[in-house]
Amino acid sequence: MTVEQGIGQPRDQFPIGMRVLAVDDDPTCLLLLETLLRRCQYHVTTTSQAIAALKMLRENKNKFDLVISDVHMPDMDGFKLLELVGLEMDLPVIMLSANSDPKLVMKGISHGACDYLLKPVRMEELKNIWQHVIRRRKFNNKDRNHFDNQDKLHHGSSEATADQKLNKKRKDQNEDEDEDRDDNEHENEDPTTQKKPRVVWSVELHRKFVAAVNQLGIDKAVPKKILDLMNVEKLTRENVASHLQKYRLYLKRISTVANQQANMVAALGSTDSSYLQMSSVNGLGFPNLAGTGQFHNAAFRSLPPSGMLGRLNSPAALGMCGLPSSGVIQIGPLPTPGHLTNCQSQFQSIVHTGNDGNVLQGMPMSLEVDQIQPNKGVTYIRELPTDVNNTTTFSVSNGFQDAKIMASSSNSAFLGVSNKPLMLEGSVQEVQDGRQFGKQSSLTVASLDSGFSSNFLDHGRCNDSWSSAVQSTGDQSNSFGINDCFKQATLLPSNIRDSMSTMALQSGNNPSQVSSISTVPIHLQDSKADLQCQIASIRSNTRQIINNAPQGWDDQSQRRDATYHSNAECSSINSVIPNHGTGSPMGQSLDPNNAIFQKTKSFNSTRQSDIVDPFLLKHNEVDNLAMETLMSSNDGYVIGQQKPQGSYFSNNFGSLDDLESVMVKQEQDKVTITEEEFGFGSYSLRTCM
Amino acid sequence: MERNQLHRLVALSRQPLFDQGFLDEQFLQLEELQDDANPNFVEEVVTLYYRDSARLILNIEQALERNPLDFNKLDILMHQFKGSSSSIGAKKVKAECTFFRENCRAGNGEGCIRTFQQLKKEYATLRKKLEAYFQLRLHAAPSEKSVAEEEMAGIHLKMFLVSEAL
Repeated sequence: MTVEQGIGQPRDQFPIGMRVLAVDDDPTCLLLLETLLRRCQYHVTTTSQAIAALKMLRENKNKFDLVISDVHMPDMDGFKLLELVGLEMDLPVIMLSANSDPKLVMKGISHGACDYLLKPVRMEELKNIWQHVIRRRKFNNKDRNHFDNQDKLHHGSSEATADQKLNKKRKDQNEDEDEDRDDNEHENEDPTTQKKPRVVWSVELHRKFVAAVNQLGIDKAVPKKILDLMNVEKLTRENVASHLQKYRLYLKRISTVANQQANMVAALGSTDSSYLQMSSVNGLGFPNLAGTGQFHNAAFRSLPPSGMLGRLNSPAALGMCGLPSSGVIQIGPLPTPGHLTNCQSQFQSIVHTGNDGNVLQGMPMSLEVDQIQPNKGVTYIRELPTDVNNTTTFSVSNGFQDAKIMASSSNSAFLGVSNKPLMLEGSVQEVQDGRQFGKQSSLTVASLDSGFSSNFLDHGRCNDSWSSAVQSTGDQSNSFGINDCFKQATLLPSNIRDSMSTMALQSGNNPSQVSSISTVPIHLQDSKADLQCQIASIRSNTRQIINNAPQGWDDQSQRRDATYHSNAECSSINSVIPNHGTGSPMGQSLDPNNAIFQKTKSFNSTRQSDIVDPFLLKHNEVDNLAMETLMSSNDGYVIGQQKPQGSYFSNNFGSLDDLESVMVKQEQDKVTITEEEFGFGSYSLRTCM
Repeated sequence: MERNQLHRLVALSRQPLFDQGFLDEQFLQLEELQDDANPNFVEEVVTLYYRDSARLILNIEQALERNPLDFNKLDILMHQFKGSSSSIGAKKVKAECTFFRENCRAGNGEGCIRTFQQLKKEYATLRKKLEAYFQLRLHAAPSEKSVAEEEMAGIHLKMFLVSEAL
């Protein structure tokens, strides 16, 4: 490249001097890459250690424009680095490998790579890599505007549909860009605009953010209000806005994996976007995600909070569960965390039981989103060992119209869960005991959290416990537990699953929660068979739950950022409960779910995570519960619907009665799980876990 | 001998390497990257490659001595080796790497060992040829050489070419 290039031309100047960070453990390749990049007139920094690279990036997010990384590295998997960078720093990442296996390429894309190059790397290819930086910046701006518009919409009412539409649009847009889009640049706007000092979204900050969003409700979360709630100095509305955007994208991303499924669901009538959102919620839910706090941030990015619910057609359907697949994945440090990574897949309506494969069928433990979509990108979630069905995607169908179950990737929620499978079990116990569990159990899952930074994990576990618990109790109490759990677990994909199922059950089902779910699934059947996870019609309840949940949870699991989730969350419960005809399993699980959802709300007050457990347990059994409860609670419609539910949600789930009443009501509404319930935060559901 | 001629000879001397399939166009790219600012780039890269690949070869040998064979590990090691070999354009070596990996995937221990032997041979040959090539280049490098020196260099080149042709 000659020096004359771009000289004196502001436009062209950009590629010149672009700051690239190259990571490759092979010294030969690294040297070659460095020389090639220098020849392209980029500013190159190299390192052979992924960890060192991360450190450099974290030190100063503004230091680099682009990262090129090898796939196979000894100290850290290239895909993991990719995710982390995308989430935390929102930088474009290019993967490099000698292996041209399409599966790997696909994996790269689903993890957010903006390009995948083959070794030996050639000059021609490197000459064009600057386009990824420009593209990302442009989209960031675009999305930001888009977001602002959305925010306005959010103001004031649950215009789920509107949101959904917007979301959908955004989602569609984003889909084209793969994950890239999700990671809209944080602060950087046009190359031409001056770079403002980047705000570092620490775990603490993010947690506050999530809490605020949860409190407001994912749909109604607008930067100004969030900012006020957060009450942090030196944080501008713009910071919050862009972070929120990312969060939503993250949620969306989580659900992107399940996109296809989501699409199907969407076809059902729900807006995908909402669905996606749900998923993303999940992802976000994890702020606690084991991985790094940063991770959350990233996760959030993809969460498109609002629309998630939209998926289900009815905003209520938010099952956003576990979306965090994309974002969540990072749960990284958590050893087991339900791979939020899966979240993505989870979202897909995957209810599939994440890790365990339990797939609740409806409950895509977001971790394992695989179910819904054969783990594409779901890698994240896998972390959730919690097995608990990590991916309880509850498809909470608002019960409205079609059971579009949004398989919210509760998976993501699971992330947190994975680690503590035990916890859930504990909770399960409670559930079994009955009713009390409602409150507590659900969250016992949450307790699991302790380990997991992310609530998710707990959820994951919760799910398990819930499912079992659910079974035992089979009632609302369980459901509550689950709900609670969900809330907390919102992030935990696994939890979500369970919770979702439970939620699904809850919504609108009769007191026998379990059974109610079955009905729901049927509805869900419309939607894609699998994913459909039966949108837990957690409706009305969820909303309330969600609302409550956040509060409740905060107490409980601060760690879980569930609060956020709880708000959102229920939606994240996208457990996709495959309706295949096996409504019954779902039914059963759903019931608990319903309860949970409802619980979630209440469980906020009580115990957030506990509640979910019971249900989750149930779900596990249900397996198919893959309900995607798109707990579109965000939209609020979920909650809105609830009729009586509101009452019980108000904390303490303990009131099984409430649940019952709610459930009954739901029945009346529609069997389908009202998203509301789930919606409340599908996140919460997840987080519950 | 004239400078041009020397250069031409140098260029020619490496032609057999290409013709015989030892090197591919990636090597050309390396050469293109060499310029005044980076005069010994190719040699640097190749030296780095030798060092790194020696290490890898050792690791693979050790892994091959284990019983039972850990094919996964072997595959990973070989993947790395393949990556760096392809970066410098070591065509034949790269091909042997592919064979090796196929054997790994098939779980064919015997095949792996056999392929690896072959690979080592190719690697040794390439190394020898490249070293000779660099020597020639050194001789042909622009410098304040006397005519006599250049003559000698020219003769060396010719001899090299002849030997290569054989």
